[in-house]
Amino acid sequence: MTGNELIALLPLLIVAGTSIVVMLVVAVHRDHRLSASLTFIGLAAAFGSLWTAAPVAPLQVTPLLMLDRYALFYIGLIVAASMAFVLLSYGYFERCEGDHDELYILLLVATLGSTVLVASSHFVSLFLGLELLSVALYGMIAYRHTRPLPLEAGIKYLVLAAASAAFLLFGMALIYGALGTMQFGEIVVRLARADFDRWLVLPGLALIVTGFGFKLAVVPFHLWTPDVYQGAPAPVTAYIATVSKGAMFALLLRFFYSSGGHDLAPVFIVFTIIAIASMIVGNLLALLQNNVKRILAYSSIAHLGYLLVAFQAAGDLGPTAVTFYLVSYFVTTMGAFGVVTVLSDGSSEAEDMEDYRGLFWRRPALAAVFTSMLLSLAGIPVTAGFIGKFYIVAAGASSTMWALIIILVITSAIGLFYYLRIIAVMYGQPSESPAGPSTLAPAGSLVLALLTALLVWFGVFPGPLLSLIRNALAGLT
Amino acid sequence: MILLWLILIPLIAGVLAWMVARWSASAARWVALIAVLIDFVLALSLWIGNFHAGLRTWFEQADWAWIPQFGIRFHLALDGLSLLLLMLTFFLGILSVLASWNEITKAVGFFHLNLLWILAGIAGVFLAVNLFLFYFAWELMLVPMYFLISIWGHENRVYAAVKFFLFTQLSGLLMLIAILALFFLHYHATGVYTFEYEQLLGTAMSPSTEMWIMLGFFVAFAVKLPVVVLHTWLPDAHTEAPTAGSVILAGLLLKTGAYGMLRFVVPLFPHAAHTFAPVAMALGVAGILYGAILAFGQTDLKRLVAYTSVSHLGFVLLGIFAWNELALQGAVMTMICHGISTGALFILVGVLQERIHSREMDRMGGLWSTAPRLSGATLFFALASLGLPGLGDFVGEFLVLLGTYKVSIVLAALATVGVLFATFYALRLVQRAFQGPNTHDWRIVDLVPREGLVVALMIVTLLWLGLYPRPVLDTFQPAMARLEQLASGR
Repeated sequence: MTGNELIALLPLLIVAGTSIVVMLVVAVHRDHRLSASLTFIGLAAAFGSLWTAAPVAPLQVTPLLMLDRYALFYIGLIVAASMAFVLLSYGYFERCEGDHDELYILLLVATLGSTVLVASSHFVSLFLGLELLSVALYGMIAYRHTRPLPLEAGIKYLVLAAASAAFLLFGMALIYGALGTMQFGEIVVRLARADFDRWLVLPGLALIVTGFGFKLAVVPFHLWTPDVYQGAPAPVTAYIATVSKGAMFALLLRFFYSSGGHDLAPVFIVFTIIAIASMIVGNLLALLQNNVKRILAYSSIAHLGYLLVAFQAAGDLGPTAVTFYLVSYFVTTMGAFGVVTVLSDGSSEAEDMEDYRGLFWRRPALAAVFTSMLLSLAGIPVTAGFIGKFYIVAAGASSTMWALIIILVITSAIGLFYYLRIIAVMYGQPSESPAGPSTLAPAGSLVLALLTALLVWFGVFPGPLLSLIRNALAGLT
Repeated sequence: MILLWLILIPLIAGVLAWMVARWSASAARWVALIAVLIDFVLALSLWIGNFHAGLRTWFEQADWAWIPQFGIRFHLALDGLSLLLLMLTFFLGILSVLASWNEITKAVGFFHLNLLWILAGIAGVFLAVNLFLFYFAWELMLVPMYFLISIWGHENRVYAAVKFFLFTQLSGLLMLIAILALFFLHYHATGVYTFEYEQLLGTAMSPSTEMWIMLGFFVAFAVKLPVVVLHTWLPDAHTEAPTAGSVILAGLLLKTGAYGMLRFVVPLFPHAAHTFAPVAMALGVAGILYGAILAFGQTDLKRLVAYTSVSHLGFVLLGIFAWNELALQGAVMTMICHGISTGALFILVGVLQERIHSREMDRMGGLWSTAPRLSGATLFFALASLGLPGLGDFVGEFLVLLGTYKVSIVLAALATVGVLFATFYALRLVQRAFQGPNTHDWRIVDLVPREGLVVALMIVTLLWLGLYPRPVLDTFQPAMARLEQLASGR
């Protein structure tokens, strides 16, 4: 391994190293604040090292990892989201009983897994990253193991994630059997030769899509989502919704673009059906919920459906739209669950609609933050979600996928309905006994303020971010 | 640059009003009032400054790159049509602030934030000549309006607010698809990414494509206007909104729909608009009759006034799609005068509701004896609404009917029946609420000086528009001539 390869791997190495440091420190001295600070510093260093790694990119490090600008961009996004997670969960777990230090070790492992995922160019690294992420997530979801709901959610996630990993492995095996390679770049070459056994490749791709589908929680692989979202501690839910799904989608984009599997007609049809089903089912089921975390769970199903619409657009507009939307989705979802997090205290999560009644009259700033997050999810101007949705519709229109766009438009109008329901409750008459903690965690409030600022910045001046994304995507297609 | 300030002043003042409201509610009101006054004076000075220069098209512009990757520019431009509607916006803005002076007691700062941001959004709609910017401003108006209705509205406010939001958002998204379709058509034809209105004019497309894209725009504007069938949000929203909300909804938001038809639908898609014109005109006449008949059947005063809006905006639609000089002049005159006369009616009903806590006509009667100034003012605006010669509304509707007569005698005749119906509902309103015996024994305070000032301003303006409309007609004439030329140029 050369020096350049080590430099390119620096972000991953720092995250991995931090997890070991935190583990050792916890063995000597347990202190929530110390563990959280160390984790945060490690993640910040990893984020900073992106600028060291950028000059040597793109670089293939071993056959497994491809450190190009695309990977670095997503690594940055994941690490930033993890930093937000640390700040949010510090305030949250400070109010809970028990030891909290292991959570940060799990977080670092999960983050390492996600960064491996977005950099992987080989089935082996894909699987490695995926398992690192999933195994750490089991622990994070069930971290408050004395309570029934997190435990149930953890086991549910364990069973389904293991099953989906099995599907994925089987699919990889079939493709390897037909094509004799596990390298994404090599797959496209062999697919182009067209001398392979279609009846091995297509089922293989179908199984891989199934495995991805579980992780992304798109219909019909979505059944675990609401329960896990509801059961997991609020900051962990935010992490699953953003980092886990985002890394998976980034991988999906890279896999299908660099393997050329995207051009196969049956795959295209499958993704169209999944996208339509996700948009319709996600939005309709969200209408029936009274639990804010479950509403956000179903809405995330719908948002993945929107992403799949852009995913299928031809040309460079599709990946740009997907990446921009993912960034705005990260900011928005982190913000929305961040509000849930800061309003939760040790004994109960602020997940019931009633917990938010009259929030505006009690905590106007927090209500304003939540409102802007929800409006961004609904795609209203001045928020990043608006530009994201605009880009997706533009990507669809450029490929003349009118049916998909019309469904997107109609279902997102349905979506608006349940976002407005939450907003209406927040601005309604306050309830007699206001729930929630009396003071807000300062770190959490800081994150929320930053996320809101980003939301508005990306919504009003998306230009710089777009240049960055185009730059990152230049090597992909 | 001055155009940017027209939008920025309300935006900044809104935040300022929210902040000063912590200390004093009336400070927030003054901030809002002064901001809108400044905007009004700026618009007025633009009018006076350019009046003798002949008001050529786009006599004031502001243009910056915004999202260069997509050819999106922050491009504002002003012509006579936009200018008049801007002046109407700030005029009604001033009156809305004054009208809510005593009505709003809850969260005063946040109320004025929303009020000012709506005005900024509306000003953006009237000024934008980049389709992306237009869509941005179009959507921007919705959120504060939603809050205005859902927080400060009456009994059934949340339902009405959500309905309003859903209708406009869904139709807005259809327009977004249409905008993007137009954008890519232009891109494939020329290889240039642009959302600029001027450049997209004259994009070549097949008749069926043109029709579909035109319909995308038409639906969005038809919901706002509102065209019958898509109007069901309107009576609820107007009725449940606080007075300022109703004034802005009826006076301004509906006009953005009409403005969109004038500025975008017909010039961008002349052939499709021509093919579609008979349908649109029939819808316009249907709106005139339907609105008038339903207005006649209402007992809730605000609902009654809301349905008269459906009727009057039917004239605007009819005039726009008749597309000749007289009809267009009439349509624009109706837009302006309807904004003032209906706005005034909503203010008066609001005043009445503040006094007797009801909008039901059955609970009123004989109010003239106890509040003569209020009753007289209502009579004046009811007469304006039914199209009494000498008042602005008459000029507008008369010109529309003249223009329509040239195109279709049947539709003109049917629309005239609508004017007749207007007499019924307007006089019934006055009779039931103000004349006859004071059976409920009301003793109410008449218009106080602040309210009197508001009403007097509106009366003077309406008289001026009715007796000497020349300056107004001259102002939008060059702009309309340009639009006509664009629509017939190919």
